[in-house]
Amino acid sequence: MDNFPPRLSAAAAAELHRKQRGRNVAMMVVLGALAALFFAITLVKLARA
Amino acid sequence: MEAEALVSGRSIAVAHVNDWRDWVRLLKPRVVSLVVFTGAIGLFLAPGHLHPVLAFTAILCIAVAAGAAGCLNMWWERDIDALMRRTARRPIPTGRIDPDDARAFGVTLAVASVVVMGLATNLCAAFVLAVSILFYVVVYTMWLKRRTPQNIVIGGAAGAFPPVIGWAAVTGSVDVMPLLMFLLVFFWTPPHFWSLSLYACEDYGRAGVPMLPVVAGPRETRRQIFFYTLPLAVVAVLPWALGYAGPVYGVTATVFSLLFCGFALRVLMDRQDMAGRSLGGDWPARRAFRFSLLYLVVLFAALGVDRLV
Repeated sequence: MDNFPPRLSAAAAAELHRKQRGRNVAMMVVLGALAALFFAITLVKLARA
Repeated sequence: MEAEALVSGRSIAVAHVNDWRDWVRLLKPRVVSLVVFTGAIGLFLAPGHLHPVLAFTAILCIAVAAGAAGCLNMWWERDIDALMRRTARRPIPTGRIDPDDARAFGVTLAVASVVVMGLATNLCAAFVLAVSILFYVVVYTMWLKRRTPQNIVIGGAAGAFPPVIGWAAVTGSVDVMPLLMFLLVFFWTPPHFWSLSLYACEDYGRAGVPMLPVVAGPRETRRQIFFYTLPLAVVAVLPWALGYAGPVYGVTATVFSLLFCGFALRVLMDRQDMAGRSLGGDWPARRAFRFSLLYLVVLFAALGVDRLV
């Protein structure tokens, strides 16, 4: 195969990088928020125990 | 030639590589917003107290579960979504998200929402939440939608669960009032969706989905829209008539139900050709659809206001 693995132009590589970065940031935010939520739930549950 | 990149071992055009917005679109955020609202009102109306952190978690679980159900719906319906103008640009038919990835995403979110709901609130709320997801995905999406024009009537129950879940999150049980809210959404769903399907029926016909206008024709659909608004009006005033809501809700429900019946009557009386097709671009159905959204929001908001005064 001539173009495998695919070679990207600078513009396409930048576009791909932007999309991957956006997904990574979103995943980081979701995981951080989930950790904070579980921490808060634990505090509430412990306070009631 | 379009630039391609290796993603998960597959060569994909860069323009078709998904970004985070595609994953959000999979969750049907507009549907989720209405589900969250009715669920929050159910939680707010329930007697008793739930810590704000746990209340927030319960509403978040309702939102995530609704999103997961929407995601699994898009995964299952990817073939017909590609045929309909309204849905052809969704992430799966356009190739931006792989169907297997969408299924894994939906199942993960569904399981997580039920587990977290059970840990944060109680088993009753988690159970009803699980039933609502299964009902939407299995009963409505996989079983009814492609088989019967009654898909919306029975499947409408899936969208009616959130206020019951919100209530159960606080009380750990299900009472008369959450069942009345369930019935309100249940009877609201057919006129709401049939109004939409009246002017989107070409799409449904192309995809082979047996929506009522496709199977029984637009004239019969108009009749059904009108006849479903009558029991809806009765159900809408029941919380007030049975003493579960006060005059603010009673007056609001009465006025808005009469207005909804008026909109449905206009749909029924719409000028039609011999086949029952609208001669005026289905504008009464479009207005009835928009009003139905306002109707549900206003009635649930009135229940909340009624609790405050």
